[in-house]
Amino acid sequence: MGNSLTGDLPPGFLQRSKDWLRRELFASRVDGLLSLVLIGLILAALFGLLRWALLQANWAVIQLNSTLLCIGRYPIEHQWRLWLLTFLLAATAGASWGLLRSCRRADRPGLLWPRNDRIAAAVLLAVCLITPPALGLSLAVAGRWLAIAGLLLAMRWLLGRLGRRLGADAIKWFALVWPVTYLLGMVLIGGGFGLTPVASAEWGGLMLTLLQASFAILLCFPLGVMLALGRRSNYPLLRWGSVIYIEFIRGAPLITLLFLGQNILGFLLPGGLAPERVWRAAWVLTIFAAAYLAEAVRSGLAAIPNGQMEAARSLGLSTAQGLQHVVLPQALRVALPVMVGQFISLLQDTTLLSLIGLMELLGTARTVMANPDFLGHYGEVYLTLALLFWCCCAALGLGSRALERRLDPHHLPNL
Amino acid sequence: MGSNLTPPQLRRGGLNGGDNPGLSQPPWWRNRLLIPWLVQALVGFVLLLLVAFLLGNLVRNLTAAGLLLSWRWLGQPAGFDIAESVLPFQAEMPYWRGLLAGLGNTLRAVSCGLIGATVVGTLAGMANFSSNGLLRRLVRVYVELVRNIPLLLQLVFWYFVVFLSLPNGLAALQGPGVVLAKSGLYLAGFHNGLHWVGPQLVNDVWQAPLRLSVEFCALLVGLVVYSGAYIAEVVRGGIASVPAGQWEAASSLGLGWLASIRHVVIPQALPVIVPGLNTQYISLAKNSSLAVAVGYADLYAVAETTLNQTGRAVEVIILLLGTYLVLDLLISALMNALNQFVRIKER
Repeated sequence: MGNSLTGDLPPGFLQRSKDWLRRELFASRVDGLLSLVLIGLILAALFGLLRWALLQANWAVIQLNSTLLCIGRYPIEHQWRLWLLTFLLAATAGASWGLLRSCRRADRPGLLWPRNDRIAAAVLLAVCLITPPALGLSLAVAGRWLAIAGLLLAMRWLLGRLGRRLGADAIKWFALVWPVTYLLGMVLIGGGFGLTPVASAEWGGLMLTLLQASFAILLCFPLGVMLALGRRSNYPLLRWGSVIYIEFIRGAPLITLLFLGQNILGFLLPGGLAPERVWRAAWVLTIFAAAYLAEAVRSGLAAIPNGQMEAARSLGLSTAQGLQHVVLPQALRVALPVMVGQFISLLQDTTLLSLIGLMELLGTARTVMANPDFLGHYGEVYLTLALLFWCCCAALGLGSRALERRLDPHHLPNL
Repeated sequence: MGSNLTPPQLRRGGLNGGDNPGLSQPPWWRNRLLIPWLVQALVGFVLLLLVAFLLGNLVRNLTAAGLLLSWRWLGQPAGFDIAESVLPFQAEMPYWRGLLAGLGNTLRAVSCGLIGATVVGTLAGMANFSSNGLLRRLVRVYVELVRNIPLLLQLVFWYFVVFLSLPNGLAALQGPGVVLAKSGLYLAGFHNGLHWVGPQLVNDVWQAPLRLSVEFCALLVGLVVYSGAYIAEVVRGGIASVPAGQWEAASSLGLGWLASIRHVVIPQALPVIVPGLNTQYISLAKNSSLAVAVGYADLYAVAETTLNQTGRAVEVIILLLGTYLVLDLLISALMNALNQFVRIKER
């Protein structure tokens, strides 16, 4: 510190904040005036919002409909299946978290609970403690949410401990647990294998939104990579096929494609083979997202010099092996931020399903507001949805940035 | 092209083995000349089968439903009304006039949206480089807030929460030459030639030379705020791509903030900004189809009504997709021309 060397006292908090204020807000006369105007506007906006939220808004519309917004008109007698699924997901997520943290890293020796993890755990617990009473949920339901958070953190702790002994192979094998959980979740939601079937028309709310988004994200990934490779292929037929597909999809608004899926898919397939409305929309979303993902992957592929493939070929790898082990891992790492951006907009695009009459989050919200008891409470409902979407998308963005840092070859030890 | 450029594998052996007995022949499925044809033939065959299957079903199902491709229904009277349209339209006019009116409405929303979003985006993008810390942070909040909330949600928010809660009559928001009420946005303008007339309250109803519906206003504000955030990022990236030395050089020449950004930074940032703007403009044009959620009769909304009335799904979809494709290509062509124009000319 330069201050201690020259013998000056370190500037106090007051002095530092004064300097900061002068530098950031009052650098010049114009800046000062602008700052004052902006501060006034911000205070007025905050005051107005707070007054509305605390005095005028009637939050009962959210409290009374929280279950509806979460799962739509899913039959009450089968709700235990969704609880079970949530518990399963929490356990899987906690276990993955623990395993990922347990592997030894040169830059983070031995710390089981780094600062970010402690913050995440605190936020999770806080959300699970505050949300149920705010929504006016019964004690039993609030207890369940607490148990879910507890299970997640317990699995995180357990696997963080065990992971050291299991080694790096455990992570590789554990990746297989996710697809299994996903399929199990589909069975739990939809029924079959001895469970009473629940028609897809009865799925709704946040559950349907997440289901549609995850389905499209999972399936559009292989499709998008194939299209990107096809677009860079030396074979004219593959190249032109991919180009036509990608540009056709990217040239059309999603709503017209969804409209096409609902109205024409029935004509394109032999009678009775056309999937139900929910699945039609899911497939259209997948096909739509694949075209955009292909462009993201293509930009990643373009960033990898030809020498990489040539080096792989000269080592005796086949083209497919070179792609799999040399080119694609690098290209996907480059494309990761853009790809996550696409996934985020895919999650946002699921709101369009409400326009074709599906009961996803926004569609359910519209039915809530059509209820004569809650007529005119648009502000409360839409602000809640906005908050929900904002949190989901911001979390995805944060996760993407963390993953980017993790995958950065300059940060990985001994690679 | 001489024969000395023939690749070695061609010299070694063509499709049927080759005539050099000294080299062992690869099996036919590893023949470098054959593989591309084989793969493409296979893919082409599968694609052809798929298309034939889908088209066959389409023709069979359409025939069964009595809806084989025909465009005669376009001439029948539409029977529905369009609340507001740039082109004159009444219910007894044919369907094609209705679709045209919808296209006119779409073009109006898109062109106004493009201008508004460019202004908002440019200002917000430049504000990222302001010397005022509060302004910089405010712009970040704006961008992060808007980009993480779905556009459809924002549109219905603007329409149902903001514009539909406006007061009517005397309580309406009034400015010089402008009145914003629940019944619309009223602007002053020339009436019957050369009389400058402002909005007036006649029998508790506002009258003005120019009235914009709240549906249009909500759509426009939603699109401008949403695309503005994305364009702000494009502009920020473009300005950030200009090396700091250029700023320093400009200020050491005695140029102020505005002069250096106008004469030094913007000309160098534009070649980076314009391709990004192209993408944003196209997505704005496509996003305008969400107008149906706020009850603005754009092309998609009219097409949806048309389909529900006539059942002509295939024709309507072809028209819709074709129109949006042409719109995208038009914007792309314009932006490419602009790109040529702003390119840094090197001697």
